[in-house]
Amino acid sequence: MAGVTLDTVRKIYAGNVEAVKGVSLGIEDGSFCVLVGPSGCGKSTLLRMIAGLETISGGEVKIGERVVNQVEPADRDIAMVFQNYALYPHMTVYDNMAYGLKNRGTPKDEIEKRVKEAARILAIESFLARKPRQLSGGQRQRVAMGRAIVRKPQVFLFDEPLSNLDAKLRVQMRVEIKRLQRALGVTSIYVTHDQVEAMTLSDKLVVMSGGQIEQVGSPADVYRRPETRFVATFIGSPPMNILSGTVEGPGRVSVGGQSIAVTDMREGLTPGSAIEVGLRPEDVQAGGAAASSLSMDVDFVEELGATQLFHGKVAGSEFVVQASTGQLPADTRKLMLAVDPANVHLFDPQTTKRLGRV
Amino acid sequence: MEKRAHFSGWTLPLLLIVPQMAITIIFFYWPASQAIWQSFLREDAFGLSSEFVGFENYVHLFEQPEYYRAMVTTAIFSSLVAFFSLACSLLLATQADKNLRGGQAYKTLLIWPYAVAPAIAGVLWIFMFHPTLGTLSKPIKAIGIDWNPMLNGNHAMTLLVLSATWKQISYNFLFFLAGLQAIPKSVIEAAAIDGAGPLRRFWTVIFPLLSPTTFFLLVVNIVYVFFDTFGIIDAVTGGGPAGTTTTLVYKVYADGRLGGDLGGSAAQSVILMIIVIALTAIQFRYVERKVQY
Repeated sequence: MAGVTLDTVRKIYAGNVEAVKGVSLGIEDGSFCVLVGPSGCGKSTLLRMIAGLETISGGEVKIGERVVNQVEPADRDIAMVFQNYALYPHMTVYDNMAYGLKNRGTPKDEIEKRVKEAARILAIESFLARKPRQLSGGQRQRVAMGRAIVRKPQVFLFDEPLSNLDAKLRVQMRVEIKRLQRALGVTSIYVTHDQVEAMTLSDKLVVMSGGQIEQVGSPADVYRRPETRFVATFIGSPPMNILSGTVEGPGRVSVGGQSIAVTDMREGLTPGSAIEVGLRPEDVQAGGAAASSLSMDVDFVEELGATQLFHGKVAGSEFVVQASTGQLPADTRKLMLAVDPANVHLFDPQTTKRLGRV
Repeated sequence: MEKRAHFSGWTLPLLLIVPQMAITIIFFYWPASQAIWQSFLREDAFGLSSEFVGFENYVHLFEQPEYYRAMVTTAIFSSLVAFFSLACSLLLATQADKNLRGGQAYKTLLIWPYAVAPAIAGVLWIFMFHPTLGTLSKPIKAIGIDWNPMLNGNHAMTLLVLSATWKQISYNFLFFLAGLQAIPKSVIEAAAIDGAGPLRRFWTVIFPLLSPTTFFLLVVNIVYVFFDTFGIIDAVTGGGPAGTTTTLVYKVYADGRLGGDLGGSAAQSVILMIIVIALTAIQFRYVERKVQY
């Protein structure tokens, strides 16, 4: 087992395109780290550099205590699960899983023992003699996982492994991956653009954008205390509402003339200066009367079953509120929203950084 | 997606297939049926009359030792050309598939030989390897080989194999390149992570995945060597020296056109026709079904 350390890692493609702009990150031994971000944010490139499939333009990648910049992928002691599974189509499931061991000269009986063991864990014992094309998407995914675990590597790398599966299977496999990783205790790095996957799987969540890390932390931290406006709107579904307001004084801001109290606010902000106010749809109480509240004009309602989403405008900006079904009549046209001061997030309109207490 | 087109009447669809049908009938079925008919006839020495002789032409053909010799020559020639052209083009394609600087120019240049007419290619090779004029004959002689494709049958065959292979590499190269590009990159990356070095990766992953392409090309190449090398043979050796480079297809021409034995030559064409039909049948059977991923 080993941790992974990145030190100002860069990737510069031909034509001076910088895909990864100096990323530093420490991933503890045995932890599950998820890299999440929109497409083109450099997360896959970063993963591929750790795997050795992309050259490293600058900085240092360490697996355990060893710098692996110049080490071949085969010698990095990693295993990777690809988005399209990348199974060898001409080999049986057994041979797919045995291939990596054969290449390393593992004795035959040892190979058989390990493949059988992995097949048992993943419940694919009955498919060992089949070819990949005779398997369903979920079964192929398991074989890809099996191929990774038979090798007993130091690090697992996952490159959006669930995005080719249908929604139901995705949830099921997500749980299985987490359970498997817990059981094996192998350091794992997982790339996804799906924030639900990111939240549920990770011990350590890394939010990336534009080739840089926006925030690193536990999923709860990232959700509770987003460091930038990007993270605030990227993590959480439906995304956080952002309103433009002005600073009134310590612990108070105003949005469209309506004053609200804020707990987590940087000291020394100039009264009257512009500020962005973030509120999660699930954090505002519709219909309640409180010390600070906002009025909202409702346009339409989306039914999600257990909850309803009220879409409309607050102080001229788009706003969404989530409420339990039945809490409010569906034909509501005007709402008073009670705002808990602890749930207000403030951001600098220029730097987009959080303006919380230091 | 619905791929069938719907026509309201018969006129338009018929009109659309008429050109294709006409070409096929005039240039393929008609000559073929003429050849079959002629193979049962024998002309007199002056070409003024012909009589029906049944299978006599075929019987006579299989009594000739020259015919068996042409078969052996064809077998050697086609297996050598098929092997070398497939091997060389596969090697070139694997190199071109890498991200090389100027790779595009390299690919274009490799496709050029295919555009050269067989007779012109043949003349080029004659001049390069002519025993007295050839630029490449001198170095060969300098290393102690008495190079003379005009007199030595093995040398003539070597020269033919060289020129026919050179001509066919472009075609194979294109198909191999397309085949290589169709292999998902992640499969090869997975093999790299699985600890397979470049050579092992090639033989255990890439080559098996290319096998549908390879098989298709093998059949196409055999058909090519059987039939399309006529121009090269005629230009380079004319079937000689002493018939050592007379293949089945060249013998059809030599017997019928030069020897005036139309019936015997027609019988040979019919046999060749049967060979092509057999090869095509194998091709469809296996490429369509067995070697598919």
